[in-house]
Amino acid sequence: MSSLLNRTAISVENLVVGFRLRGFFLSEPRFLKAVDDISFEIGEGKTLGLVGESGCGKTTTGMAILRLVKAANGRILFRGRDLLTLSETEMKKLRRHLGVVFQDPFSSLNPRMMVEDILEEPFIIHGEDAGGDIRKRVETLLQLVGLSQDHIYRYPHEFSGGQRQRIGIARALALNPSFIVLDEPTSGLDVSVQAQILNLIHDLQERLNLSYLFISHDLSVIKYISYKVAVMYLGKIVEEGPTNEFFRNPCHPYSRALLSAIPTPSIKERKEPMVLEGKVPSIRNPPSGCRFHPRCPEKMERCREEEPKVIPIGPDHRVACFRSRR
Amino acid sequence: MDRPIIEINELSTYFFTYEGVVKALERVDLMIWPNEIFGLVGETGCGKSVTALSIMKLIPSPPGKIVSGRILLDGEDLMPKNEKEMFRIRGEKIAMIFQDPMTCLNPVKKIGETMSEVILIHLRVSKKEALNIAAKSLEETEMPDPFFVLKQYPHELSGGMRQRVMIATALSLRPKLLIADEPTTALDVTIQAQILRLLKRLNGTFETSILLITHNLGVVAQLCHRVGVMYAGNIVEVGSVEDIFENPMHPYTLGLISAIPKFDENRERLKGIEGYVPNLINPPMGCRFHPRCRFCMEKCRTLKPPCKHGKKGHTVACHLS
Amino acid sequence: MLRPLDAFDWRRKKVEYTYRFKEFRYILRQIKRSPLTIVGIGIIMLFFLTVLFAEWIALYPEDYHAVHMESVFQRPCLDHPFGTDDMGRDIFSRVVMGSRISIMVGCVVVFISFAIGVPLGMIAGYAGGKVSEFIMRVADMFMSIPYLLMALAVAAILGPNLRNAMIAISIPWWPIYARLARAQTLTIKNELYVWSAKAIGASEFRIIFKHLLPNCLAPLIVQSSIQFGQAILTAAALGFIGIGAPPPSPEWGLMVSTGRSYMPDKWWLTFFPGMAIFVTTLGFNLFGDGMRDVLDPRLRR
Repeated sequence: MSSLLNRTAISVENLVVGFRLRGFFLSEPRFLKAVDDISFEIGEGKTLGLVGESGCGKTTTGMAILRLVKAANGRILFRGRDLLTLSETEMKKLRRHLGVVFQDPFSSLNPRMMVEDILEEPFIIHGEDAGGDIRKRVETLLQLVGLSQDHIYRYPHEFSGGQRQRIGIARALALNPSFIVLDEPTSGLDVSVQAQILNLIHDLQERLNLSYLFISHDLSVIKYISYKVAVMYLGKIVEEGPTNEFFRNPCHPYSRALLSAIPTPSIKERKEPMVLEGKVPSIRNPPSGCRFHPRCPEKMERCREEEPKVIPIGPDHRVACFRSRR
Repeated sequence: MDRPIIEINELSTYFFTYEGVVKALERVDLMIWPNEIFGLVGETGCGKSVTALSIMKLIPSPPGKIVSGRILLDGEDLMPKNEKEMFRIRGEKIAMIFQDPMTCLNPVKKIGETMSEVILIHLRVSKKEALNIAAKSLEETEMPDPFFVLKQYPHELSGGMRQRVMIATALSLRPKLLIADEPTTALDVTIQAQILRLLKRLNGTFETSILLITHNLGVVAQLCHRVGVMYAGNIVEVGSVEDIFENPMHPYTLGLISAIPKFDENRERLKGIEGYVPNLINPPMGCRFHPRCRFCMEKCRTLKPPCKHGKKGHTVACHLS
Repeated sequence: MLRPLDAFDWRRKKVEYTYRFKEFRYILRQIKRSPLTIVGIGIIMLFFLTVLFAEWIALYPEDYHAVHMESVFQRPCLDHPFGTDDMGRDIFSRVVMGSRISIMVGCVVVFISFAIGVPLGMIAGYAGGKVSEFIMRVADMFMSIPYLLMALAVAAILGPNLRNAMIAISIPWWPIYARLARAQTLTIKNELYVWSAKAIGASEFRIIFKHLLPNCLAPLIVQSSIQFGQAILTAAALGFIGIGAPPPSPEWGLMVSTGRSYMPDKWWLTFFPGMAIFVTTLGFNLFGDGMRDVLDPRLRR
């Protein structure tokens, strides 16, 4: 999984995504930030694994990059342009270079469209539907993802979860994108099927030099497929680093808790997990200072008052925690 | 440890539908001992939830039916029991919690009402005492401020808290067996860790056996004493958790374990299992796994594999061993 | 964007039809479970057959207009199964011919309300926010207008005939479709396939017509069926009070009205047209209700 040049495929800077709550009567309208000032880069042909629990903002981040939700602030640099400054028409032209794969199982494919229609749609939308050419391209797509030609004339409900996900991946690849957002693509699939799909995603990356933003709550899957990991908590990135480094030496207490909480399918490592008390807070009432402090086993006074800044603590490894030192 | 708390012999449950007869469970044998956590593992459609519902005799009667077999609860056969007798057993002797607690809690009733309703059905106590029992149960599930929670509505609680309420309700009558059907699948990983730790503790404190149904092998490895692996309506392997993970005998179990991305291994290709889960209306002849099995032999195609008993209760249904 | 027809398209058509057929068979099976729905379908088929073959079924088709003073007020007998009316016309034939008026009313009213209500409802659902509020409040206003007053007003301004009656009925009715369409759109617009289409760059137009509309149709069709019956009933009511079809047209409501003065001796003048109204409306109601259960996606497969 190496690319010849160390180029950046996409770069996100200070992204803020939020929504305004109407105030009641005399109270002020509030602005809730689902994503609060995050930045990261993804190299060409590489995968960034974005990890976090529900409500942390990872899906919103993916949607914001694709401009499916409106970002309040920040820059998203892709192919030399800032995606957030483009008009709809200009954005449409760039959309062919962006792909998205959502979580199956049932609702990412229109139940009333045949596979042929689903796969032809990207071509039709971008005006590339000249005659028999599309048919050939659809066939190539199906081959790429391991489906056979007679699947063209079937409807989504006739397929299993793994097959539907392959169709979704084929659709994402239709216009030869360079960057794909994958939002929990294997959640909801059986373990054996998940393995097939992950292998497929991995292979496609090598063949087509694709860059991925891989969003998941499952750290073991992330470890398998990413070269860099970013952990999100309540709208902020709390730690980011190269995969091997991260798993060997997680610095942020939340990262450690997350890793420790994952039940490993191995007897040798039966452990007492470091269990976090308390529940996952909502963005409506974010804690003061460091957002993680109410549940942090290592909190200090300072954590309640100030928000820690992201500081580098190793090659490419950054953390937002007062306890880590350079 | 004289006799198992649950013993299932040759249980077959079919569903009679327009498209054909779905043979959801075919001659299932299972034993759960007192005080143990038994993990029932398998993928979608393998029949683990159907097994749980069969034990509780909650299979929806058209179109489903338990066509044969015995279910022994502490030596007593549940099959001949009528609905009225089962009604007493459910809740008191066997309790069940499900994946999505939101659908089990009445959204317009306070938690206290829902919980005491269950208690009052089985125990002759006053409403106030029922609430006290409920609060004590909540306390045992590490719920902060139990009396306050009793006054709340389900939507005011988080997913983890709702699941605790379900567990507390289930355990309030001290059943001998708790069936947990994917109890943490819908929860965040850190909350899942809390709930699993809770289940482990409750198993220790109250000596309640737990039948844990899940597709997550990691959960099984961390929590269970014994494990049963199911595929397409059959039990293919049963053994202690060490046996299953360190010495898996059935090819399906092997396949499952190698399909999981693990931490200690470096990034190599994951080995999936080829093929797809079979249609249970017309399952494959002979061993139901044979079309996907790497080690398939001639007799696997036609003969049903016998249950071979290995040492210390490690059973496999395969022609290979 | 024309594509040359080739061998593949035949295959595709075959698959499409096989799928539709399988769905149809499934629906058929569900229908068999509900005897009342079957009754509804039976009535509707009878109705359509009557409409199609009115001239052949009616014994005296000329009695649309003709006057036979010599055979007034004949009781139901072999020659005149439903008797004759105050102008000597055969009631059976007039009821049969009147079915054509009823079906026209049903079609026009449903078509107009659907054509106005559904697009507005979908736009409201899709756009949300102020647009949705605005459209829904307008819909509320229209829905509060009693159709009777509306019909009287329209009759007063434009003249009391059937065409105006149909317009008058459609006006307070389109909000029903709008509400339904909006609710469906709201449900579907957050489905992942809609997000996927947006991510590919689909235009709003395409999303509404290709992704949202086909998945909204089921409850709208059910509603249309029930509205069809209601439209016939309402037109009859208007005909009854004289602001619908003018005499001598064999509109059922008008016939009931005419017969009113001769009750209860010459009951057959009112009874048979009234039964026609009742049975037809019942048929559409039963069918619509039955289909609602059948098409409920939660009970699928």
